Amino acid sequence: MLARRIIPCLDVKDGMVVKGVQFRNHRVMGDIEELAERYRDWGADELVFYDITASPDGREVDHGWVERVARRINIPFCVAGGIRSVRSAGMVLNAGADKISVNTPALENPGLIDELAEAFGSQCVVVGVDSLQTETGYTVKQYTGDPDRMTDARRDTGQWMREAQDRGAGEFVLNCMNQDGVKRGYDVDQLKLMRQSLTVPLIASGGAGTVQHFIDVFQQADVDGALAATVFHSGEIEIPGLKADLARAGIPIRQEQQP
Amino acid sequence: MNVVMVDSGGANIGSVVYALERLGVKARLSADPELIQAAERVILPGVGAAAEGMRRLGEHGLVELIPRLRQPVLGICLGMQLMFQGSAEGATDCLGVFQGRAGLLPDDPDHRVPHMGWNGLRFPRSCPLFQGVEQGSHVYFVHSYALPVTDDIVAVADHGIEFGAAAWRDNFYATQFHPERSAWVGERILKNFLELPCS
Repeated sequence: MLARRIIPCLDVKDGMVVKGVQFRNHRVMGDIEELAERYRDWGADELVFYDITASPDGREVDHGWVERVARRINIPFCVAGGIRSVRSAGMVLNAGADKISVNTPALENPGLIDELAEAFGSQCVVVGVDSLQTETGYTVKQYTGDPDRMTDARRDTGQWMREAQDRGAGEFVLNCMNQDGVKRGYDVDQLKLMRQSLTVPLIASGGAGTVQHFIDVFQQADVDGALAATVFHSGEIEIPGLKADLARAGIPIRQEQQP
Repeated sequence: MNVVMVDSGGANIGSVVYALERLGVKARLSADPELIQAAERVILPGVGAAAEGMRRLGEHGLVELIPRLRQPVLGICLGMQLMFQGSAEGATDCLGVFQGRAGLLPDDPDHRVPHMGWNGLRFPRSCPLFQGVEQGSHVYFVHSYALPVTDDIVAVADHGIEFGAAAWRDNFYATQFHPERSAWVGERILKNFLELPCS
């Protein structure tokens, strides 16, 4: 049976891992390769690296660190941020990343998803979605790496995800912005709604604060993976213990440890 | 050790090379029949579509060569599928080292395709590739097509249906999963492959 995935997210800014609260006030957490290795040893199933400075500045990710990470770790990882073309995606994949993730560039040019899926296969193409709950429903935000440029993408979250799936997205990371960084739990209602209308894997993001939040999102929203940053970086939740608790709750999980 | 990775094109060959480097082996990427024949170990990686993979092997005269190799050969992911008789993907005839043809995995709401992520292995019989690997160990899969469970299958996984996760016949080994991305379990499998006795 396919295991549910635990995915630490490392926000990368200027070559360091950082973390902000609701996308603001970024603090340096540490060195990219060191943190990648630490999470590998703790039993992370996959890593996501978001270069949060890349999209707003119009820059692409620095490929040097991608290859260094690929040389060091033996688990899959995804790179997001500043990937705007088949060419830049190809460079990141050739440097050793298993997947690339697009967010704002796909909103600006939805055809990019088709091009990436055609060039590399849907299994490499993750679409990241930053979704905000408003009075009228769930709506997509863009340029979320920069609070001064963040705008409403004028798209309904569910409609956008279905369009992206039709264009060839192989997986989604749905970041529920109302929850991000505030540790009150994943947005189970929104995730469950989106899960039911999609056929490709869905990764929950935003809001993890306790072990129970992970149990809830897997049991209630049926997501394929749960992504978190702060609780893992701070050590509030340790992955081996989290996985043992998930297994005890009956959730299929990978628990093999380094011998 | 002289390890040659067959250069069948496609992205993400790097992660296999890096995994071998972590085991102290510098693999050479080549499509040269002479270098492949002279290698102590041959790895047939592959990402992408079956027809394109076979076309590339044909261009370099490798379709006849690979089934005749005598040293340990390991096919990974698409490389495994290419070692069977054929694939439903583009109705492609393949190398025919193993019996059977790859078919598309059936999808349903509980078993999404591509089959992507960590799944457990069951070993119907023992194989040197899995020495020291426990039943139920998780490895990393990314694929939409899969092999039926035949006599050549030495590891099985379940994604709605049971399918062949690894095959072994004589000096030929193959894994549907990615040992290079399967953490310590994958590292053990690659190490086992490198330590196989030469025939």
